[in-house]
Amino acid sequence: MEGELIALGKFIGAGLACIGMGGSAMGVGNVAGNFLAGALRNPSAAGGQTATLFIGIAFAEALGIFSFLVALLLMFAV
Amino acid sequence: MATEEHSEGLAFHPMDQFIVKPLFGGDTVGVLTVTNATLWMAISVLAIIALFVLGTRGRAVIPSRTQSVAELAYGFVHKMVEDVAGHDAVKFFPYIFTLFTFIVFSNFLGLLPKAFTPTSHIAVTAVMAVGVFLTVTIVGFVKHGVHFLGLFWVSSAPLPLRPVLALIEVISYFVRPVSHSIRLAGNMMAGHAVIKVFAAFAPLVLISGVGIAVTPLSILAITAIYALEILVAFIQAYVFTILTCVYLKDALHPAH
Repeated sequence: MEGELIALGKFIGAGLACIGMGGSAMGVGNVAGNFLAGALRNPSAAGGQTATLFIGIAFAEALGIFSFLVALLLMFAV
Repeated sequence: MATEEHSEGLAFHPMDQFIVKPLFGGDTVGVLTVTNATLWMAISVLAIIALFVLGTRGRAVIPSRTQSVAELAYGFVHKMVEDVAGHDAVKFFPYIFTLFTFIVFSNFLGLLPKAFTPTSHIAVTAVMAVGVFLTVTIVGFVKHGVHFLGLFWVSSAPLPLRPVLALIEVISYFVRPVSHSIRLAGNMMAGHAVIKVFAAFAPLVLISGVGIAVTPLSILAITAIYALEILVAFIQAYVFTILTCVYLKDALHPAH
């Protein structure tokens, strides 16, 4: 019974941790969308900024990966 | 996701592909055990050596296909190092290029069916990320001495704010190797697990009698996710490399 309770908590916790991935998805979308908006206003300057775009996406994405990691730890390590 | 990971119906567990197994019998994995991880890392290294040795053997003015690929990769990373980290970072180019080619080849070879992806393991990526972290920190202190700590002291901010910012900067500096390694491993692991979940979903739908019409949809989904994974495999290698360049730039020019 107690083991089942712990498993229940694990699954609920892993599911809750995945909400964080949605937040990171919004962040990545925001970065990419704003880049596109800026790039369409000044296409000649866009080419030099793709590195910045990917760095921004990587930073926004890292936090989503952290919550994914928490979910994985709950499922397989705890 | 329509299937849950621990449901009884799944033909195989989506995380089974990440198990490190000894190649030549036995169950225990020691320090010197040859495992499937060793095999696939060796295959990537051999493929890299083959590409660059064969590619640069001819040194033709009109390059062959192999030489074009080798030159393209070299020029791509060289330009990235120069643009992002500055001209004086070019002496670190061999290190960064090694990281880039190893990650690209591991990621792409890991996409072959039945293959093992070394970069999906945090142990592998953490070694690379900690290596980058130590290199960057040592280079910063060797080049600038105590002035390197100016990276944490934001002199453009108002004075009362600076200790708070310094704390945040120090934390973000030490989180770097963590996020650097987990980003790559997490992306690889998540992508491969998604492919496997869809792959297990296809026969499940067929057996459960939902209808033969749904199975092609599932296979289409695998194909689409696979195409996405090819993109992700390259982008993550690119991101890892470009972040290395950014960290290197911080060490060489710590002015805030």
